Amino acid sequence: MISTERSQSQSPRSPTAAGAPFLTISVTDPVKMGTGVQSYISYRVITKTNLPEFEGQEKIVIRRYSDFEWLHDRLAEKYKGIFIPPLPEKNAVEKFRFSKEFIEMRCQALDLFVNRIASHPELKQTEDFRIFLQADEEKMDRARSYETGIFKKPSDFLQMFKDVQSKVSDVVLGKEKPVEESTPEYEKLKNYIFELENHLAEAQKQAFRLVKRHRELGQSLADFGKAIKLLGACEGDSLEKVFSEVGSKSEMLSVKLQREADNLLFHFEEPLKDYVRSVQSIKATMVDRANAFRQHFDLDQERKYKELNLEKLKFMNPEKFSETEVEFRELKADSEEATKRFEHIVAVMEEELARFQEQKTADIGLAFHEFAKGQAKLAKDIADAWRSVLPKLEACSTS
Amino acid sequence: MMSSTAPPDLAAGDGDGDGYMTLSLAAATTASEYASVASTFDPLLSALPSSPPTHAAFPHSPASSSFVDPPSYADVAASSSSPHSGSSSASPRSARAAGLEYTFIAVSDPAPETEPAATSLVPGSAPTYISYLVTSVRRGEHRRHAVRRRFRDFVTLADRLAESFRGHFVPPRPDKNTVESQVMQRDEFVAQRRAALERYLCRLSEHPAIGPSDEFRVFLQAEGKMPLPSSTDVASRMLDGAARLPRQLLGEETVSAPQDVLQPAKGGRDLLRIFKELKQSVVSDWVGVKPPLVEEDKEFLEKKQKLQDWEQQLTSSSQQAEALVKAQQDMGETMGTLGLALIKLTKFETEEAMYGSQRIRAADSKRIATAAVKASRACRDLNTQTVKYLDTLHEHLGIMLSVHTAFNDRASALLTVQTLMSDLASLQSRIEKLEAAALKIFGGDRSRLRKVEELRETIRATEDAKCCALREYERIKENNRSELHRLDRERKVDMLEMLKGYVKSQAAYAEKIVECWETVEEETSGYARRADCIAR
Repeated sequence: MISTERSQSQSPRSPTAAGAPFLTISVTDPVKMGTGVQSYISYRVITKTNLPEFEGQEKIVIRRYSDFEWLHDRLAEKYKGIFIPPLPEKNAVEKFRFSKEFIEMRCQALDLFVNRIASHPELKQTEDFRIFLQADEEKMDRARSYETGIFKKPSDFLQMFKDVQSKVSDVVLGKEKPVEESTPEYEKLKNYIFELENHLAEAQKQAFRLVKRHRELGQSLADFGKAIKLLGACEGDSLEKVFSEVGSKSEMLSVKLQREADNLLFHFEEPLKDYVRSVQSIKATMVDRANAFRQHFDLDQERKYKELNLEKLKFMNPEKFSETEVEFRELKADSEEATKRFEHIVAVMEEELARFQEQKTADIGLAFHEFAKGQAKLAKDIADAWRSVLPKLEACSTS
Repeated sequence: MMSSTAPPDLAAGDGDGDGYMTLSLAAATTASEYASVASTFDPLLSALPSSPPTHAAFPHSPASSSFVDPPSYADVAASSSSPHSGSSSASPRSARAAGLEYTFIAVSDPAPETEPAATSLVPGSAPTYISYLVTSVRRGEHRRHAVRRRFRDFVTLADRLAESFRGHFVPPRPDKNTVESQVMQRDEFVAQRRAALERYLCRLSEHPAIGPSDEFRVFLQAEGKMPLPSSTDVASRMLDGAARLPRQLLGEETVSAPQDVLQPAKGGRDLLRIFKELKQSVVSDWVGVKPPLVEEDKEFLEKKQKLQDWEQQLTSSSQQAEALVKAQQDMGETMGTLGLALIKLTKFETEEAMYGSQRIRAADSKRIATAAVKASRACRDLNTQTVKYLDTLHEHLGIMLSVHTAFNDRASALLTVQTLMSDLASLQSRIEKLEAAALKIFGGDRSRLRKVEELRETIRATEDAKCCALREYERIKENNRSELHRLDRERKVDMLEMLKGYVKSQAAYAEKIVECWETVEEETSGYARRADCIAR
């Protein structure tokens, strides 16, 4: 099922048919709050829905980036296996943090984030999501600080050692070299994901450079236009006029180039970046899967070992047996639990992957379309501008 | 039709740019800039004299070149790699060249040779130099002349021309030693120099006075060693001048011979004259004494001022043009790298495809990648064109250099006249003083009277010299005038051609890539429609 495309505009959308369930969300109106080091950007999150789980037709709340982060982390914790929609980057170079471009792009990315959650069959029904969309600011603040302030449970520690370090800690704790799931299909998938990220990152890097090139070309065209006009002024009479025309066209095209640079940034480079983030989200899920696998595997090994011992004890030490048997049953339950969790993740990932591929084809297809459209329009403007000057140049006869 | 006339093909690297000491850094960076653009082909592989100018009229004359059908980029790229082809459309510039003395000029085949009188004891370490084959065909003749010349010969030619054509805008020769040449590889340097020398000779032949001149013809046609006597043999001139100086100081030789005043005072022979003229110019400038003859030609002064303004704007325009070329080049490059990155992505997704949606996506990225690569190529072709047309700006900066020289010729000729006139005035006053003093002595003063006679002799000689100098000055003024007239005309033509060429190539490029992007836009329009649907 094709996911809902991100809301292009912030205008309200009406349901296709009265009574049909809808849930539309928009993130808009970034506003700088506070002063100095404490300052941050707040966003308006507008929810329009007729779903019964929500309080009322329309709800507007104010949220900041860390609220979105809270939502993301809660979902990531609870719904292992699902590719949680990615957030835009957390940190930014200080001076860049409040630039208009950066804020707009972040707003766009956050809007995309919530809408993707809203169109995910499981995620959209979560309590956390509802809290995020509806809780008043105070409640939201409390929920957020609770999460970051309190002492973490042991399972959270495992969460924290998400990447390479988890392997290190296993070794440190005395376990054997880490065991990994290694079916050929999963191997293939892992390689695919890692390589995909590289290719995408490269494409995104070039796209970003292309934006810069547009700006540079625009600037040099403007400078050239000015210089040509002044040059023409030295000549005088008819030649001055055509020089002036050429100069003016250059300046005009310079503006168009700047606009296309902006267009490229928002509708081509940013989607590519978003693609990269999505792939990184998959990598995070893969880590979860690896952890779940290890848990399942370890507990399973332990169970098998204990089972054998139990058999022996039955005959050799009947007293000890009953104690041990109780322990064993607990262990067996845990092991089955871990195995179920692992298998759940595997199953969910299957679905998510199919969904991901389809979604990405649509997202990137649109980005490609916008890219081609923008370039075509720019080229057309360039052609038109110069064609219009040509007759004047031709007409300018030389004595 | 002159084969190498077209707005000199910059693509082969502009060695001339290095020679303009007075020009800003812009000129120096030009060479490297163009060298990088030129790196796509090797001028040494370009057509050699053996291929006669068959291109004749360029296929599309400006009148008929339709907007829809510009010369293909392949054509331009091929033709621009050969300096012999008239790579611009049949322009007034080439028409200007059509009535030329020489229908063909080429510099080729750089080859090392050893100094003849090699006195080195160690074999193989004798100083070598590069000689070039200079081929030419004179209009009306069928015979093709081919002579070997070394760079020093070109310098000699340039110096001789500077002497013979004072007041004219003599095209400047390629510079002797450039900073670049230290950094560059030998071959690259030689290649650039070869191209620059060829361009230099072509410009000389285009000049209405120099083209038909004997000096030029001798240079092109006289076999064997270069026969033009080097009149700028500085060493001997220095000795010459040093020998004469004591005699001058002792008053035995106070007058410049008439033929000497036809040349500006140069180092060596005319040390005294230099001192005198320097004093004169100082007097004129600092003390505020009005010199006996001033530059009164108002029209000339106005023109000069205008040219100064023009030169200033030209410099700034050529700098911006370079920046523009660089930006265009970068754009083309980045578009290309993006295309390549997308191609790699496409390949990857195709190979690893596990889902149908992946294959669709791979097809999409392939379309975009192809379009991007096409656009990148078109942009680079455009840039070659842009370089070629905007190079006119650099050309004209070079011409301004020769204008300065011509104006200096005029100023120094004027100075010579002024100096002689004040000489005359002082001689006259000395005579008057002597005569007055002689009168006071009863019976006359034979020694004083004798001195007066001598002085009168000197005055007569000085008068002759003054007349010569004045004639020369007028001649140079006339040269200035006619050259300025020619420059005005040619400048307008060149500038117009430049703009036309630039605008046309930009439009053609844009149209070409509109098509390739619109196709992809159409092919991917489904995604936009779906997005709209869902939004609704």
